[in-house]
Formats: sequence, structure tokens, C-alpha cells
Amino acid sequence: MAEITLNALAHSYSENPSKAEDYAIREMSHVWEQGGAFALLGPSGCGKSTLLNIISGLLEPSDGEVLFDGKRVNELKPEERNIAQVFQFPVVYDTMTVFDNLAFPLRNIGVPAHKVTSKVHEVAEILELSDQLKRKAKGLSADQKQKVSMGRGLVRDDVSAILFDEPLTVIDPQLKWKLRRKLKQIHEQFNITMVYVTHDQLEASTFADKIAVMYNGQIVQFGTPRELFENPAHTFVGYFIGSPGMNFFDAELQTDHQGHTRVMFGEHEIAIRSDVLTTLKNMAATKLRLGIRPEFVHVWDGKNDDAYQVEVDYVEDLGTYKILSFLFNGQMMKARLSEDQKVPSGQIFVSFPEQWTKVYVNEYLVEASTPMATSATQEVEDAN
Amino acid sequence: MQTKVENNKAWFLVLPVFIIVAFSAIIPLMTVVNYSVQDIFDQNTSYFVGAEWFKQVMLDSRLHDALIRQFLFSFTILLIEIPLGIGVALMMPTKGKSASLCLILVAIPLLIPWNVVGTIWQIFGREDIGLFGAFMGAIGVDYNYASDPVDAWSTVVLMDVWHWTPLVALLCYSGLRAIPEVYYQAARIDQASRWAVFRYIQLPKLTNVLIIGVLLRFMDSFMIYTEPFVLTGGGPGSSTTFLSQALVQQAIGQFDLGPAAAFSLVYFLIILLVCWVFYTTIMNMQKDK
Repeated sequence: MAEITLNALAHSYSENPSKAEDYAIREMSHVWEQGGAFALLGPSGCGKSTLLNIISGLLEPSDGEVLFDGKRVNELKPEERNIAQVFQFPVVYDTMTVFDNLAFPLRNIGVPAHKVTSKVHEVAEILELSDQLKRKAKGLSADQKQKVSMGRGLVRDDVSAILFDEPLTVIDPQLKWKLRRKLKQIHEQFNITMVYVTHDQLEASTFADKIAVMYNGQIVQFGTPRELFENPAHTFVGYFIGSPGMNFFDAELQTDHQGHTRVMFGEHEIAIRSDVLTTLKNMAATKLRLGIRPEFVHVWDGKNDDAYQVEVDYVEDLGTYKILSFLFNGQMMKARLSEDQKVPSGQIFVSFPEQWTKVYVNEYLVEASTPMATSATQEVEDAN
Repeated sequence: MQTKVENNKAWFLVLPVFIIVAFSAIIPLMTVVNYSVQDIFDQNTSYFVGAEWFKQVMLDSRLHDALIRQFLFSFTILLIEIPLGIGVALMMPTKGKSASLCLILVAIPLLIPWNVVGTIWQIFGREDIGLFGAFMGAIGVDYNYASDPVDAWSTVVLMDVWHWTPLVALLCYSGLRAIPEVYYQAARIDQASRWAVFRYIQLPKLTNVLIIGVLLRFMDSFMIYTEPFVLTGGGPGSSTTFLSQALVQQAIGQFDLGPAAAFSLVYFLIILLVCWVFYTTIMNMQKDK
């Protein structure tokens, strides 16, 4: 069991990386605390698996270091790091029985036979494989094979961490849910650090306490599912988390003769929290992106002075809720309506509550008076 | 209940294959069967002799010896070529220019015609002008494949190993390349030793190519003719006379077509039987208990 620290880590598959695009992992630092259940969420090709393989030691990073409990492990091979990893496709040793498969990692490190037997039975019990122990692994179904793969990760009780690389891809949907619960149970029982790679936000949020969202080789936000939803630190998080994703539109910061600062979307002024506005003034950034979640867009029943007049495009009924698509100043946006809300048509009025209207500069969130905002601001300044 | 409609029209689709197989295998084989049960003098004079030729062949001690020699030879070369082929395949580089170069080098013996292989080794093994023979002489080994049966045998075996191990190696190489990288990664995570990786990942995944390799090498070595014929001519004495050569001596040397035909059929059945036994055994071993 260990705390895993990534320090100024970067990785490139090309030999002489020159530009940022050459890097699968762009310089990043991150800490996975001991005993946590984490998800690494991101689209295909964003570097999730690369990062996982660097942690397990299957890949050596081009730059930076990996620390287990503060000790540098860059030079250690995976077999010396004492880590468990479950892969996307189940890996079983075909010619061995299920029992021998589960016993394999223990026998490799010379655990005495009686301990092997008791440990294998314990793990088989948890994974509901007890009645399969004598079978050859070759004849198992895909989900049973994947359980055996997971089991091999669980038999060693001193592993630093268990890494899962989209382990439920090949599993049927009903079983997926069951296995995910099983993993959660195992986590609670053993208190081992677990990192779970996935591109499915639902999978990530049901498994993990904290999710790291990865985009273009970097972790753009690390937080609880709620934080990711309510306060996306990067436009990508807003777009990727939630269904549908956040509405984004470009706006401009304007200062008039009296020194009043306003955020304008075409002809319309958009209300922004005053502390955020102060930060924006200090940053002197004029090109902004505003984001608001469809869940937070307020749709009024009638005309309202605070609301903008928009045109309904269409409404999708998704059973338990409806998605309203509307055109605001030529820009398509979405709002989520509850099932009992009346279905609007034609010209309607919507408003964007101030606290849910997020401002992004260079794709990063701008927010005043919280520690996160300072770092975001810092990065923005670096980028400029 | 629904009644099943019997329709045999699909058999017509098999007809072309049947015709081709008939002309390529069944009809020529029938000619052999024809000879094996008759004593044929010329086009108009032939006598039906029943199983007479078969009896004669079965009791022929010369053929018994050749058969024993043949089995001994086939098993010896299988015992050497299969492990050696796997070993070579494991050592071959997996990527880059060296991989292609290595593949070409390994494949070269396979491209050489049988009789040329025999000639190469005939010269290679000579004490006066052959590198191998001269080398053996230089290190003080009394080596002469033309007069000493043991030397003749080991040279024939060595020649076959040189000629055909590359086939096993190439088959294994392709089998090894087909193993997904993730198996090796999982093995590293499980802290498996190099031997365990071979025993539990590589060998099981190679089973299918090895079955093909063993069957091909068994059939080919069991029918070996040209190379020992060119190298030793079956001698000294009849120490390297294998079944094919015995058959040729009988059919063409002595013109005993009847016994030779009977012998051919027995020969054919032995190969078929051994392959069948081997294949069934392997397939049963692989089954889930």
C-alpha cells in the first residue's frame, strides 16, 4: 500500500520530441493518496493507459519521476514495484486451472503452499469463483476470465496499488454493474489504493471517490464527481462530464467610458459574479468563453425582465427528462427540463443564474477567492 | 411439428472438388491398388494374386529393417528440430532491420533444392576437400560418412536438422508474434520468471503451430529420399536406406511392381495412422477436463 506521486512527469513515444504534440503525457504532477479509489477518466487516446503503464513500470517515462511513498521507483521494473494491474482484455494462463491462475503470483514470490491455498480460497470466495477453482481457465466465459485476472491482482496482500485499465470493456452490461460493485466492496475491505481507467463517466463516478479527468496528455481536473459537475476547471471537463455537456459560447469583456466592466455576448450582457469580474479585470483578458450546464439554465414560463428571449429549435424526450435545444443569438444551446415542466415552443425566455455561469480564459476556469482559481490564473498567465 | 425437407442438391456443389481429387489422388492410387493385387507381365497377361504381395512385403526382413530405421530417423530429427526450432524462434529479434535480416538468413536452407542439399553435404563432409570433414579430422575425430555407419547416420541427421529446423523456427516465430503484448505485461506484473513465461504463455500459445510443425516434419522425414540418396546412396551397407529408397530399389531396381505397389499402400497407411494417432492425442490433451 502506498501513496503514488507523479512528479513533473512527461512521456513521449517518439525519440526526439520537439513540440507539445509529440508528448502522450505532457508535463504533470499528481498525487494519488494511499487507500483511495480513483478514476482516471478521459477520451480514447488522451494518455490514460500510458499514464497507468508508467505507474506500473511497464513504460519508462521520458521525463520526471514516479514515487511510491516518497521513494523514487523509476528504475524499478514492474516485478519489483509490487503492483497489480488488470488489463482491458482478460489475461488468463490457459493451461492452468483457475486455482493455479490465482496462485501464480504467490508461487512466483515463494509463498508457502498452505498460505497460497488459504489466500486463493479467500479471494475466490470474494469473486464468487469458488466452484470454478478446479476448471481449466481456458474454458471460462469472458467475465469469469476477467474475474480471474482481477483475482490475481488481489491475492498478494502487500501490493502498492491495483491499477485497472478499462477492465469491464468486454463484460456484458448487467455483469458490469455487478463487478463494479464487487470492486468497490473489495476496496472497502482491503483499503488498497486503486486507480481505475475508463472513458465512461458513469463507470468513473460509481467506482471512484475522486476522478482525475485527463485531456491531451494532462490531468485537467481532479475532484469528486460533484465538483467536476458543478465547477469544471477546464472547458473539456464541462464538455465531457454530464449528458449533455456544458453549453459554451464566446463572449467579450468590455469596459465603457465610466470604467464599468461588462461581459457581452453579442448584444446581450451576461451577468457574472462580481468577484470573478474583478479577477478578469486584473487579468486584462478580453476573449472569454462562458459555460453553463443545461441543468442550470432557467426556462421561464412567461416574459421576464432578467431573461433573454430565445428561439426553441426542438425538444427531445428522454423519458425521465426532456432536453430543450434553443438558439440564443445564433448559437445552439441546450437546457434540461424536468418531466412535469410544460413544453415551450416558439419564442421563450431563459436566464443564466449568476453562480452557475462559469468563465473560461484559454480553456481554464477563472474564479476569484478560491485556491483553485489562483492556480488556474497562474496557468493562464503562463500560457499568455 | 415441422417436417424436415430432405434436399440433396447441395452435393452437386461438391462435384468439382470430387472430380479434381479423383484425378489427382484416387485414380492414381487405384492404379497402385491394381498392381498390388495382381501379377502383371504385360498389357494382356495378368494374374490375380490376392493378398500374396502383401504377405511377402510383411515378411520381408529388409523392409522391416528399413521401417525401424525410418522410425528411428523420424523421431530423432523431431526430437532435435522441434526444441531447436523453438529455441531459434525465441532468440530471433522481433523488430527492426535485424528482424528481416534474420528471417532471410534463417529461411535460406528452405530455398535449396533437395538434391543440392545432398550434394552440399556430400562435399562439406569430405575429409579432403570438405570443411566439415577436414575440421573433424583436424580435431582428431576419425570421421568418414562413406564407410562408417554411425558417421553416415549422424551426417544424414545433421543435414536434415540444417535443412528443416528453419521451417519449425519460422512457424514458431509467427506463433510467438501472434501473442498479444498484454500477456507479457501481465506476467511481469505477476512477477513470473522467464521460464514461467515460456511454460505458461509462450508454449501453450505455440501448441497449434507446433502441431502443424510436427505433422509436417514427421510426414516429410518419413518420406525422405533425395538427400540421403545423394549423400550416402543408402550406405554404407544399407545403414541409411530408408523406406522410400527401399521402395525405389524394389520398384525400379528389381522391377518387382507387385510387391512395390503393396509396399506403397502399407507405407501410405503407416503415415496416415501415425498422423491420426498423434493428432487425436494432442487434441485430447488440449480439452478442458
